[in-house]
Amino acid sequence: MAVTVSPERDVVATPVQRAIREAFYAGAIALGLFVLFIGLKTGQNISNELVLTTRWGLLATVVIATAVGRFLYVAYGQPFLANQKIADVATGLLPDSVATRFFRLPYFIAAIVIAALLLVLASSLDGLLGPGLAGYARFVRALAIIYALASVLFYFRAFIHAHFSALGVAALALYPIIVVLSLALYGGSMAAGFQGSLKWVDNFGIQILIYVMLAWGLNIVVGLAGLLDLGYVAFYAVGAYAYALLGTQYGLSFWILLPAAGAMAAFWGVLLGFPVLRLRGDYLAIVTLAFGEIIRLVLINWREVTNGSAGISGIPKVTFFGLMTFNVSDPNYIAKVLNIATSSAYYKIFLYYLILGLCLLTAFVTIRLRRMPVGRAWEALREDEIACRSLGINTTTTKLTAFATGAMFGGFAGSFFAARQGFVSPESFIFLESAIILAIVVLGGMGSLVGIAVAAMVMIGGTEVLRELDFLKQVFGPDFTPELYRMLLFGMAMVIVMLWKPRGFVGSREPTAFLKERRAVSSSFTKEGHG
Amino acid sequence: MAGTTLLDIKGVQTYYGNIRALNGVDVTVKQGEIVALIGANGAGKSTLMMTIFGAPRARAGTITFAGTDITQLPTHEIARMRIAQSPEGRRIFPRMTVMENLQMGASLDNLKHYDEDVEKVFTLFPRLKERIAQRGGTLSGGEQQMLSIARALMARPKLLLLDEPSLGLAPLIVKQIFDAIRELNRTQGLTVFLVEQNAFGALKLATRGYVMVNGNVTMSGTGKELLANPEVRAAYLEGGHH
Repeated sequence: MAVTVSPERDVVATPVQRAIREAFYAGAIALGLFVLFIGLKTGQNISNELVLTTRWGLLATVVIATAVGRFLYVAYGQPFLANQKIADVATGLLPDSVATRFFRLPYFIAAIVIAALLLVLASSLDGLLGPGLAGYARFVRALAIIYALASVLFYFRAFIHAHFSALGVAALALYPIIVVLSLALYGGSMAAGFQGSLKWVDNFGIQILIYVMLAWGLNIVVGLAGLLDLGYVAFYAVGAYAYALLGTQYGLSFWILLPAAGAMAAFWGVLLGFPVLRLRGDYLAIVTLAFGEIIRLVLINWREVTNGSAGISGIPKVTFFGLMTFNVSDPNYIAKVLNIATSSAYYKIFLYYLILGLCLLTAFVTIRLRRMPVGRAWEALREDEIACRSLGINTTTTKLTAFATGAMFGGFAGSFFAARQGFVSPESFIFLESAIILAIVVLGGMGSLVGIAVAAMVMIGGTEVLRELDFLKQVFGPDFTPELYRMLLFGMAMVIVMLWKPRGFVGSREPTAFLKERRAVSSSFTKEGHG
Repeated sequence: MAGTTLLDIKGVQTYYGNIRALNGVDVTVKQGEIVALIGANGAGKSTLMMTIFGAPRARAGTITFAGTDITQLPTHEIARMRIAQSPEGRRIFPRMTVMENLQMGASLDNLKHYDEDVEKVFTLFPRLKERIAQRGGTLSGGEQQMLSIARALMARPKLLLLDEPSLGLAPLIVKQIFDAIRELNRTQGLTVFLVEQNAFGALKLATRGYVMVNGNVTMSGTGKELLANPEVRAAYLEGGHH
């Protein structure tokens, strides 16, 4: 059989040729973009004159990195991704997914061995390798542990997916215990375990759960009722100051002031609700933004009551339901009552369970409300306000209850925050906080409790992890502080998530009414960019 | 069958800003009737429908429902008088499932007869039953119209207002929907007030009809009379038999 080769065929480039061409273009674009951003730097010299420093080396690095990255992606990445979609002729099967190829038993065993070996050698690493290399060894150890844990998660993925909420709650409930026990094993004593757990329970656990609670509270307003609220931090502030002022002035207990702070925040939620009843979308966002700023400015300027920017300190600690306290000097200090060693970790662990309980309360109330008339009215309100009214729903009370309920949980979180910090100042309640909470709600998928919790974990936990990445100093030099890149990474993560999953981590809405069976509805039918 | 007056609209004037959309409209709907309001685009048919629900509010005239003056009541209070509406553009809840939409409709009735009524609307519109767990926004136009009417019926209304139920639908679907309306009227004695551009279908269905031109009711009579009227035929029916 005669094979005719058309002359055009030779013109079609191989991936490598195409990659070289595209790498060149990418490099040129990067050069054009960064020549002023990176190539030149302005500064001041000792006599305050403007000086121009050139950084051609750094510019070259960036341009070459861009070009190489594009080359690798076009030459190997794209063909690989294309091959993933082509079935084998002989078997008719698609190739194994990347994940199944990445998580394999031999790799898993290797990771366990490496991690165990480096853990055993932990103390002698510095001596063996010198401080520089030992840092890298610790990094390798961390990677091996992460890989091993990820493998386990991957192996049980179906089970985890099916029981995600229950497993999540169980993991959160066991978290402090696991942290204390593993650190106790590592450190050789229970005291070391408690002491070491401080950071993990406080910085990670409590911090993340506060944001989970705030985001779940805002979710009622934004995710369910569809009212874009940019001033949510105001209710957080009201709750915090309510506890701070009433606790320090009148010595009332947290357990009385928690509901009081919630009620006060709900009251302010209604106050905000009234003027904005007729507003929607952008206009509502602007007014709520202003409301948040008004509350903050009042806190700064009403010095006689709030002590201005200096804030309020000496806020009393939470007691163990009035039975035991966490103040070392008190006669019923927990360590004295229970006859155990003194440690500040007990308070943090107690606070952890307290905020976990408050979070679960928020989730429980949200889930229950969604199945009740008022919750359904919220969701219908988000969909179509006019249709709601013609179905006999009083949109005024519906909106006000949404604002009040959301604000109440913000108030709870605020009074918890005040009790945990022992100090409040207006600086904690800036607009950025509102923006972060809203970002968590949007990233998580508006209306989805699980998605929002995961988003809070990634966003808040992620920024906390940056503090831990000391090995980066060995890569970028001792002046490198990863925390400073927090907002940059935050922004990048948001852009990436919104490109890949425009409806957030969990974009599907769980229906609340069924005739006989429950069936999940695919998220691909939902509207995008609501709010 | 046609007994007491259920809905009485007297001298209603409605404005959009300074533009008068209704010039003193008089319409009566009696218990157990199907009343059709026909007219060209922009005649004020939908405005009248919305004025009954108080948005926009009538600037002059009165609207009485079952002896109660509802002219100044808030929209949701009017709905609570058991007036249900399948509004212009259907206005179903797009992200909620068919079941959830029906549930929202039943909230006026406090879900008291929910299970029973769900079965009833599924008998009336079997297509909806097949779409039970589907989101409202993913239904076809005809199914959305059915859902909109079904949602209105879930409130157990005394009066059902339908704004252009045939808009943008295939003739076969229009027939299904009109059949369903007739069925509801015959078996349950439901009073229906509908606004239509599809004059032929609407007048065939209706006990009585009104013709609206530029914000005024210019003609009224039984469905048969209007169908036979040469003016009506010339303006709305000739060349457009469905």
